[in-house]
Amino acid sequence: MDNTPLLEATGLVRHYGRHPGVADIDLTVAPGDVVGLLGVNGAGKSTILQLLAGTLAPHAGRIRIAGHDLARAPSHAKRHIGYLAERPALYGELTVDESLDLAARLQQIPRTARRDAVASAKHDTGLADIGRRLVGGLSKGTAQRVGLAQAIVHRPALLLLDEPTSGLDPSQLRGMRELIARLSADHAVILSSHLLAEIQAVATRTVIVAGGRIVLDGSMSDDETSWIEMTCLRAPAPDTLTGFAEIQAAELMGAGRVRLRGAPGTDIRARVVELSVIHNWGLVGLRASGNDLEHRFMAATGQTPATHEARP
Amino acid sequence: MSATLAIMRLETRRLFVSPLSWVLAAMTQLLAGLLFVMTLADIQNNPNALVDAGGVTVFVAGGLMRFVTLILLLVVPLLTMRSIAEERKQGTWPWLVASPIGTGALVAGKFFGVMGYLTLIWGLTAAMPLTLAVFSPLDMGILAAGLIGLWLMMASFAALGLLASAMTREPSLAAVITLTAILLAWLAYAVSAIDWQPVLFGHALDIAGMIRGASPIGHLDSLLRGLFTTADLVYFAVFVLTCLTLTVLRLDAERR
Repeated sequence: MDNTPLLEATGLVRHYGRHPGVADIDLTVAPGDVVGLLGVNGAGKSTILQLLAGTLAPHAGRIRIAGHDLARAPSHAKRHIGYLAERPALYGELTVDESLDLAARLQQIPRTARRDAVASAKHDTGLADIGRRLVGGLSKGTAQRVGLAQAIVHRPALLLLDEPTSGLDPSQLRGMRELIARLSADHAVILSSHLLAEIQAVATRTVIVAGGRIVLDGSMSDDETSWIEMTCLRAPAPDTLTGFAEIQAAELMGAGRVRLRGAPGTDIRARVVELSVIHNWGLVGLRASGNDLEHRFMAATGQTPATHEARP
Repeated sequence: MSATLAIMRLETRRLFVSPLSWVLAAMTQLLAGLLFVMTLADIQNNPNALVDAGGVTVFVAGGLMRFVTLILLLVVPLLTMRSIAEERKQGTWPWLVASPIGTGALVAGKFFGVMGYLTLIWGLTAAMPLTLAVFSPLDMGILAAGLIGLWLMMASFAALGLLASAMTREPSLAAVITLTAILLAWLAYAVSAIDWQPVLFGHALDIAGMIRGASPIGHLDSLLRGLFTTADLVYFAVFVLTCLTLTVLRLDAERR
């Protein structure tokens, strides 16, 4: 069993009528992974999480969770998952304690262990003091934490969190990030977001989804090559720039701005200043412009600036 | 089993903290109580009516339960619309589906939850004719048959309501579908009184009899008159199980 991945999804397809939802989704998650599903709204992140949580059935492909096939043995497989949907499932008329007790009952935690499970979930999500409050009267951030507590009450091996930080104010956001980071010590996590910063803050691995397909699946450390952005009065053509040995890629962004990337691990800023002086580009600004991940996310989501093929 | 109980507890809890359920229960009691008092006043003014009706139990209890069935027409759609459609709308449904409970257990829990509340209304209705036992001998057989009939009727309406609730994510739409279906059952029963037997291939077709057989109202009628037959019991059991099975199938199909 040790070599069994926690989650193994192969060839998942799901369409909505004629509209293709998601296709060719292959995803493997090992214990300890914190996977960030990154994509713009409508890219298919929620659909992928719903497929993994078993609330939607795939039209093709299979999902195995902790060795159990989700389609053939759903109740065994689902026991290893904690799912927090985009809108947390909260009954406003129940108190926090009652909500968690309900979650524990639904997860069929034996009566003797239920009280401890609820107490430990409350402790981990910082809800210990508000057990008797009605869920309907809680702030959005606290309600989100109740949703998270409901998802972890049975201590699942894998947490599926759909946009856990959406709609939170900056302080709630920080609290939620810290909470997810803390939970990731004991649980493997897949979380989705359309914000790169959210994923970068907690994930150890990023999966970029665009147009219903996975366009990038890599660990965060692979993507440390940084881009720089320079602004010139007389911007050279990208072709000219890539002609220099130190510059590996260049893109025109308009209004005299150009994005540049050197070889992995090199800092080309000093060299760029030098070249600017020699060739009289009129350099007026130079700044870091995010790493490769950001660049690929922009490219995958169609937000890429004009590349030098576009402007001969 | 424990999952069914958990859902049942949740359903009961949600019903009893909702003002709607209390108002519905109060409204049912008010209307049924008024009818009960009016029936007693009727007996006082016109004692011969008892002889025509075939005794105090049929006259009072039968009439009361027939009237409560009519009130259920309003009550059940408003209860069952919350069961599934409203959960979909408020976003709690996916969470229930993602938990390790089968759809069958989920639907059973919902059904028994609604039935718990309806059984309360049933008990309060039963208490009215039972108070007469202090003053007058009652035919307990007829009363029991009628009460069993009323409870089975509640179960049929609840199962029908759950099916309607599973078909939409709009609670009001679920209520309208349930109301229409129950009204159709009433209408079918009323139409079946017309004696129309068209001849097809040399055989007279008993259309009225068939419609009466299909509508739950007709089966309740014989129970209210004290006629306790296996056929009626089987009819209600089949009706409830069919509706619940269709609900499970509908919910499973939704994931696909």
